[in-house]
Amino acid sequence: MIEIFDCIQTKHIITTNLMGKFRGGIHHREHKEATEYKPIEVAPLPQRVSIPLSQHAGAPSKPVVKIGDKVRTGTVIGEPNGTISVPTHSSISGTVSEIKELPHPLTGRFTTTVTIDSNRQDTLDENIRQRDLSNITPDEIISAIRNAGIVGLGGAAFPTFFKLSLPKDKPVDTLIINGCECEPYLTADHRLMVEKPAEIIEGTTFIARALGVKNVIIAIEDNKPDAIAAMKEAASKTNFTVQSLKTKYPQGAEKQLIKACLGREVPSGGLPADVGCIVQNVGTAVAVREAVRFNRPLYERVVTVTGSGVSEPKNLLVRIGTPVKELINFCGGYRGKPEKLIMGGPMMGITLASDEVPVLKGTSGILVFNTADLAEEQDCIRCGRCIEACPMGLSPTRLNYHIKAGRLAQAKNEHLLDCIECGCCAFVCPAKIRLVHNFKYGKAELARTKGR
Amino acid sequence: MDNDGATQLIVTSSPHIRSNVTVAKLMWAVIIALLPALGGSIYFFGVKALLLIVITTAAAILFDALGQLMFRRKITIDDGSAAITGLLLAFNLPPNVPWWLPIVGAAFATIVVKQFFGGLGHNFINPALAARAFLVASWPTQMTSTWLAPHTGNVSGLSPQALTLCTDAITSATPLNVLKQGAKLLLPGCDPQLLYQHLQSWDTIKNLFFGNIGGCLGETSALLLLIGGIFLIATRVIDWRIPLSYLLTVAALVLILPGHKTAVLNYTLFHLLSGGLILGAFYMATDYVTSPLTHKGRVIFGIGCGILTVVIRLWGGYPEGVCYSIILMNVATPLIDRLTLPRVFGTRRKK
Repeated sequence: MIEIFDCIQTKHIITTNLMGKFRGGIHHREHKEATEYKPIEVAPLPQRVSIPLSQHAGAPSKPVVKIGDKVRTGTVIGEPNGTISVPTHSSISGTVSEIKELPHPLTGRFTTTVTIDSNRQDTLDENIRQRDLSNITPDEIISAIRNAGIVGLGGAAFPTFFKLSLPKDKPVDTLIINGCECEPYLTADHRLMVEKPAEIIEGTTFIARALGVKNVIIAIEDNKPDAIAAMKEAASKTNFTVQSLKTKYPQGAEKQLIKACLGREVPSGGLPADVGCIVQNVGTAVAVREAVRFNRPLYERVVTVTGSGVSEPKNLLVRIGTPVKELINFCGGYRGKPEKLIMGGPMMGITLASDEVPVLKGTSGILVFNTADLAEEQDCIRCGRCIEACPMGLSPTRLNYHIKAGRLAQAKNEHLLDCIECGCCAFVCPAKIRLVHNFKYGKAELARTKGR
Repeated sequence: MDNDGATQLIVTSSPHIRSNVTVAKLMWAVIIALLPALGGSIYFFGVKALLLIVITTAAAILFDALGQLMFRRKITIDDGSAAITGLLLAFNLPPNVPWWLPIVGAAFATIVVKQFFGGLGHNFINPALAARAFLVASWPTQMTSTWLAPHTGNVSGLSPQALTLCTDAITSATPLNVLKQGAKLLLPGCDPQLLYQHLQSWDTIKNLFFGNIGGCLGETSALLLLIGGIFLIATRVIDWRIPLSYLLTVAALVLILPGHKTAVLNYTLFHLLSGGLILGAFYMATDYVTSPLTHKGRVIFGIGCGILTVVIRLWGGYPEGVCYSIILMNVATPLIDRLTLPRVFGTRRKK
């Protein structure tokens, strides 16, 4: 009886609209137990890395190496090409063996990709050295962040320097450091907070100085008490606030996090700076610390490798460009037949078509599932669960009808472009309608037809 | 590449995990919730009730599949929705109807009301209620004057002592009928006030609560319907907002409006427990397809149903108004939906 009760109970839907909380959202099984207490391990150096020159939102970087060039770990291989663009660096030392157009792991579009064969030395680029921090200015911090190729490590991979370069008319008073990691399965940020709290705090100090803000909040969900304790301890000598938030997906989404921490709502179509706020991920803070203190570019990151199809789930410190397959081999290989390979979390991650693709700057996790949920789409029964779950206050079922009927203008009117693709609607939908799929399509169609 | 088995990966859009709630599970939960009342109807009205329920449900499933076949849709009898339509239609039939009547009703509900409009999710009024309305309009005698007494009592729910005051017509008068017809049922020279007193006595209320009265197959026992209703709310299959706002509106209105009140609390309870109100509020008004999508919309829907029910009961030509009030609010649902869309994050509410 309890089983029947449990299987039909839709208890994961919560709806609160109180100050300090965001509407909608869901609770699901977190599945973090496989890796949350496993210390970060350093993955073995890859023999060969392939580094796409488009790992950030914005224009791809321009290759500055040619086949046969010797590079060191941290050497620039791609220069920024436009305002919203960052350089790309080699993640190992060795020789450039190939520069060609390869399908991007996430978008599938052909992207200039630099392949480097390792010389197994891991010699650091000569530019990586301790910086004199005594009189560092905000502009110097921002340019160090740009030169290091840092992007948001939470997944969206937006160039960090650009987020910190604020227009004068948008004063920012609060910096939020995002330690929510609300996606199930992922524990990379969690482990960073437990193992490197001092580095996070130092990176945060640099970001706060670059922005000139005093009010700093480090936001962590209450399902990570050890991370909260570690960060509190590390922040004790600063005036930063460590704020524990009641666990709820998608708390780590920028707009929802600002609402949860400050009660402010980023206006539709606007940016956090419109409400005086900037959000940065804890992983980004560590990367900033490395960039500012050591002039070290972003060439490695922590990746959680987990899921039912991995023999030994782990948190790994991985060089960018390492083939996914090598990480899985280091985790004891596949367990059973892999059906789905996902880059990112289970709610917003993107499925990979091959395990030969490289880890990117924005890769927070590699998930392997033995089962793929391929339930057939049924007609909407108008139960309203998607509307209850949507953290943006949208009506997914209506948007879906509009898009299917080709009424894109109407979908736009009903705020399709405000959809953050968090997946709550599709998660709760009993008719298993592929809502996010259709919304992505609708957005792409809107973008395409606008260009005409 | 093919040495490790990762050769055929499935590529889909996110999210990659889904809740385990499915349409079929929700529908079967409603069926489970209706089981106590089903048992009750067999207990009160005998094997005939079971037979009618089986005929109606089987017919609904069959005609629904036939309709799907007709329109070349996928046959989805296993999702339980046709079974619910059949069960609810049976629950809305007097126990004494001829066997062919529910078959006609089931065909109307599933083919005309549901499949003609596009199948599950597309019908704009509740199929079972539409079929009931159709049957009442087409065969009024069979649908409204063939009440059967439960084997434990009589149709009106009145005490034997009260029955001595009445004419023979009382044998086919349900509690709401007694309230509507009042003095017309009395033997000459009797005081109508006495009848109303009996009607609002704790004895009658008890009969209404446990189901010791005449009525449609599934509507008689408030207790058994409430058990299932609370199960549905606790499992979050239905939203509490519709039944609660519906029942509270009825209670508030009968409290305020004039009527044959002898005891105010009992009079209110009488209205809440009699007729098809509990059945309608928990099982029919909450039909996903034909009720509003949003929380606010559902409250408006419930209040609307409540107002219409009371208006029909107090001033309309019928003793009961649950069926028509829900149908009317079903029709208003698209409008309610449009007016109660949630506020989009980061926008001000439109004026």
